[in-house]
Amino acid sequence: MRHTRKATAPLLAPYAFVAPAVVLFALMLLIPIGYTIYLSFEKTQVSGLGLGAGARKQVFAGLSNYASGLSDPTFAASLLRVLVYSLILVPVMLGLALLFALLLDARRVRFQRFGRLSIFLPYAVPTVVASLLWGFLYLPTVSPFPVILHWFGLSMPDLFASRTALFSVANIGVWGGTGFNMIVMYTALRAVPAELYEAARIDGASQVQIALRIKIPMIAPALVLTGVFSIIATLQVFSEPQTLAPLTNTISPNWMPLMKVYDLAFNDNNAYGAAALSVMIAAAMFVLSYGLLRASNKRVFQGR
Amino acid sequence: MALVRTDGALTRSQAAAPPDNSKRKPYRGGTAALPTAILLLGAVYCLLPVVWVLVASTKNDAQLFNTFTFAPNGSLWSNIRGLSAYAGGVFWHWMLNTAVYAIGGALASTAVSAVTGYALAKYRFRGRSALFNMLLAGVLVPPVVLAVPQYLLFAKVGLTDSYWSVLLPSVLSPYGIYLAWIYAMAAVPDEVIESARIDGCPEGRLFARIAVPMMVPGLVTIFLFQFVAVWNNFLLPYIMLSDENKFPLTVGLYTLLNRGSSAPSLYALVVTGSMLSIIPLIIMFLTLQRYWRTDIASGAVKQ
Repeated sequence: MRHTRKATAPLLAPYAFVAPAVVLFALMLLIPIGYTIYLSFEKTQVSGLGLGAGARKQVFAGLSNYASGLSDPTFAASLLRVLVYSLILVPVMLGLALLFALLLDARRVRFQRFGRLSIFLPYAVPTVVASLLWGFLYLPTVSPFPVILHWFGLSMPDLFASRTALFSVANIGVWGGTGFNMIVMYTALRAVPAELYEAARIDGASQVQIALRIKIPMIAPALVLTGVFSIIATLQVFSEPQTLAPLTNTISPNWMPLMKVYDLAFNDNNAYGAAALSVMIAAAMFVLSYGLLRASNKRVFQGR
Repeated sequence: MALVRTDGALTRSQAAAPPDNSKRKPYRGGTAALPTAILLLGAVYCLLPVVWVLVASTKNDAQLFNTFTFAPNGSLWSNIRGLSAYAGGVFWHWMLNTAVYAIGGALASTAVSAVTGYALAKYRFRGRSALFNMLLAGVLVPPVVLAVPQYLLFAKVGLTDSYWSVLLPSVLSPYGIYLAWIYAMAAVPDEVIESARIDGCPEGRLFARIAVPMMVPGLVTIFLFQFVAVWNNFLLPYIMLSDENKFPLTVGLYTLLNRGSSAPSLYALVVTGSMLSIIPLIIMFLTLQRYWRTDIASGAVKQ
């Protein structure tokens, strides 16, 4: 029967192929997640003076870590702060990304290659280094801005004041994130068939009208996805404020939710409390991103 | 554009649709002045900090504070010497470590992504779609939230403050698996697999000798995305490492700035270190431009 044999896909090979990913998934995701949930319900009990072996025991804590996390005013403040931060950063960044993507896709705009490369370049700069660079540009003694502003008779505001620091940090996010989102949108724009707006152009529609009426609706899926991922990423902001913190007292060690988690875990040595905060943040993220993707799938990807 | 369909229902034709309109717009007419100006303004905004650090790295501490920012001075070489002398040359250690973390992590990640994406795309097996959904849902787990438990677990097995503690968590990349899956579907035809099997080719060799070469352009893209992700990583090594000699650049420069805040005499070193740390990435970025393909990031593969 050899000559009529049809090649059949083997049964075991695919399992061998996915085995490394499954093992890593279990070790690096599932177990840490399970361990965090477990820790979040534990606490240290100190008996006596807390001296000697056995004086500190790990005991079941119920929901007390969650309760103290939720009633911690600094955590609540950091949550509010990160929401405002995201509200400032995401619209500005995606608005600029869309504007530049449309400019790259428009006719009669020059220097498109130079513009594309320059605006994408910050993607190659690590967030910590970007924060260092902007941090120096914000320092009046080092920055070129005071001199330039002086030419126009202006003075530089304190960019690390309690009212301005959030914007200063958000600017670093805008700088670092616009290019990547621009490229994703630009790629989506190039996939729009030209015939779709050739007719509009012949009818005398302006470039702006074509952009608003045809191009932007056509790339709605790209806009929604960049939006969802940007929101998720900005809520996890850590590196920028952590890097700027040594330059100013405005940015406290628990300025943003993840800084608060770090501070609790490593400065206060309270891994249990940090675990409870992590679980709450992760749950909120999961609900938010799942909900956003669900909603956008329904609206934007209908029919697919 | 169908980036994350949690039901995994991106069809082959969608993934492979070549959106190639690259030659559709010849220049006609003159220049639109205002849009061009806006684009250039954006470019200036993005280049400003990079140009600043290039110039500022030519200044010593006094010049950094006293001379006009965009006027270069001649202290670059002495800054580099000062940085190299700092703490017994630890800066170059950081540079080397970063290269090890980024290259090692990205290579391992690309390999795992390739084999997993290929298996998900080209085999029908029990549990395939459950596995697919599970791996992609990993994208939704904030990595930063995992860092603390990962640290505690690594501490239990005595792996904190080791190269492994930074390398191992960066190997599994849901995004890389997703890209490899799209690429395997689009670039490896079923007929080729079929005929190799009829010729008696074992599955392992079929993957390594036939599928991988077809997937190479996509794998380079995955490598680059992972390379940048590891190169940029801060929180994970910041938590895991305490030995200065194992730091990557991001953590090293951060500690340098931290010390500099009490002794501004270190600022020139921080500036020079920042400058040196972005040069390799910018060179890579400019030379490997054609591999920065977000078209596969957006779910479509040009062929």
